[in-house]
Amino acid sequence: MTLLIDKHVKPSIQEILESGTFLVTGEIGPPKGTDIDEMIHHIDLLKDKVHAMNITDNQSSVMRYPSLGTALIIKERGGEPNLQVTCRDRNRLAIEADLLFAYTRGIRSVLCLTGDSIPVGDHKEAKGVFDCESVQLLQIIRNMEEGKDSGGNELQGGVQFYKGAIVTPEADPIEPQMIKFEKKIEAGAQWFQTQAVYDMDNFKRFMERARKINDKVKICAGLVLLTSMGAIKYMNANVPGVFVPDHLVKEMAEAPKGEALNTGIRIMARQIRQCIDEKLCDGVHIMAIGKEDVVPRILEEAGVDITKM
Amino acid sequence: MIITTSKPYEEVLKELEGEDKVFIVGCGSCATTCETGGEEQVAEMKAKLEAEGKTVTGTMVYEEVCHELNTKRKFRENKEAVEAADGFLVMCCGAGVQSVREATEKGVHPACNTVFLGNILRQGNFTEKCSLCGDCVLEDFGAICPVTRCHKGILNGPCGGTDEGKCETDKEKDCGWTLIYNQLEKMGKLDRFRRIYGLKNWQANMKPGRVIFEKKGEGGE
Repeated sequence: MTLLIDKHVKPSIQEILESGTFLVTGEIGPPKGTDIDEMIHHIDLLKDKVHAMNITDNQSSVMRYPSLGTALIIKERGGEPNLQVTCRDRNRLAIEADLLFAYTRGIRSVLCLTGDSIPVGDHKEAKGVFDCESVQLLQIIRNMEEGKDSGGNELQGGVQFYKGAIVTPEADPIEPQMIKFEKKIEAGAQWFQTQAVYDMDNFKRFMERARKINDKVKICAGLVLLTSMGAIKYMNANVPGVFVPDHLVKEMAEAPKGEALNTGIRIMARQIRQCIDEKLCDGVHIMAIGKEDVVPRILEEAGVDITKM
Repeated sequence: MIITTSKPYEEVLKELEGEDKVFIVGCGSCATTCETGGEEQVAEMKAKLEAEGKTVTGTMVYEEVCHELNTKRKFRENKEAVEAADGFLVMCCGAGVQSVREATEKGVHPACNTVFLGNILRQGNFTEKCSLCGDCVLEDFGAICPVTRCHKGILNGPCGGTDEGKCETDKEKDCGWTLIYNQLEKMGKLDRFRRIYGLKNWQANMKPGRVIFEKKGEGGE
């Protein structure tokens, strides 16, 4: 079989995690439109600073440049993509077809998500598909790896992906979330990126629970950059499963004028350092959400250089 | 119970443009309970249309407008008023409107939006608990339907959007999966929650749905 892009210039996420190296991933949020210069700038900026880059799939149910297309651009630029696939906008046929394509273009890692609901986005009257969801998507991929589509039909050439999933440590209630975490592993998830965590004590408690369920699966902490007090207020009020604890709110509030972003950078650098030093998890996923330019600074402040890991 | 809401009056008026003589059909079943097409609402609509300068040739409210044979019979019984009308305003669900469609060649217009198969919480307060998927999964989920009561209709547990047991789409709405979890836990049946649910057959009721029961005693001597 011929893979059109078969030169893997970078080690895969699987190779990094399984070698025991602390994984550092970033995130590319594609633009709404065809002006992709800034996105390419971010890709170029991050491709050698992080091991891999997630590409969001119509994030927050807002229509954007596609995740699959962006994953290819990341490959073209010499980076390593982690393709996010949600079940909101495509039924099982469309998802399977996309996965066939992704595999033949050298995409090796897929993050399986259910997807946000339609009403939170910018196409509020659209039909939410949800033909399948994250657990079933993992099963679909596993079947495709065994040479079958979800209709039970033989594939002429299957796929092979490092299958990722997400888990929400701040979910309330947490018990059903942990059972779902377990189900995702059973369905084939090999590694996890968490939804945003800020409260590191809560994250530690979550990791203890998660390790009790499964101590083999790789888990990377999802960290979202705090940029301003307004952003914190918005997140605490509106973003499900995200909670910025009081001591960080205080730290941000006490930042001198014009220093909010720098304070946010310092907080994230400290969290990354804590994850590494206290061996809390297997990696971090940095979500800078529009401030990708500062990711190299975050890593520098955290003393993280992936070329020396 | 089929839950309906009334279309805005302006929309109804627009539907009736060019039809000056109108016959109004209301329903004694669901639309009466919903107060969208009972005797009272039909009388109100008649008065409003007449104030508009329209002639209401007749009205009728009877049980189960969705019953096509019965609707045809009712039309025959009201022959004079029916024949005098340019069109029909039907104040009930979409099934009732289309039942009227089968009874006349004239204009047929919906006065309501049909919103869901609903449970009655109390008068004027309805909630959706079943979405007629054709392949009932209630046995597996403590008799709480994830297909309907989870906004995304997902089958393997809550999404990441659940917050304090509420849904990410509306803080007033319970997260269906939190309800299911609590119910199964209470029953000591969390093993059902742990089970991976495979892809659902969304074609169990292939649109347009059709069911024909064999008549009892038929086929024998």
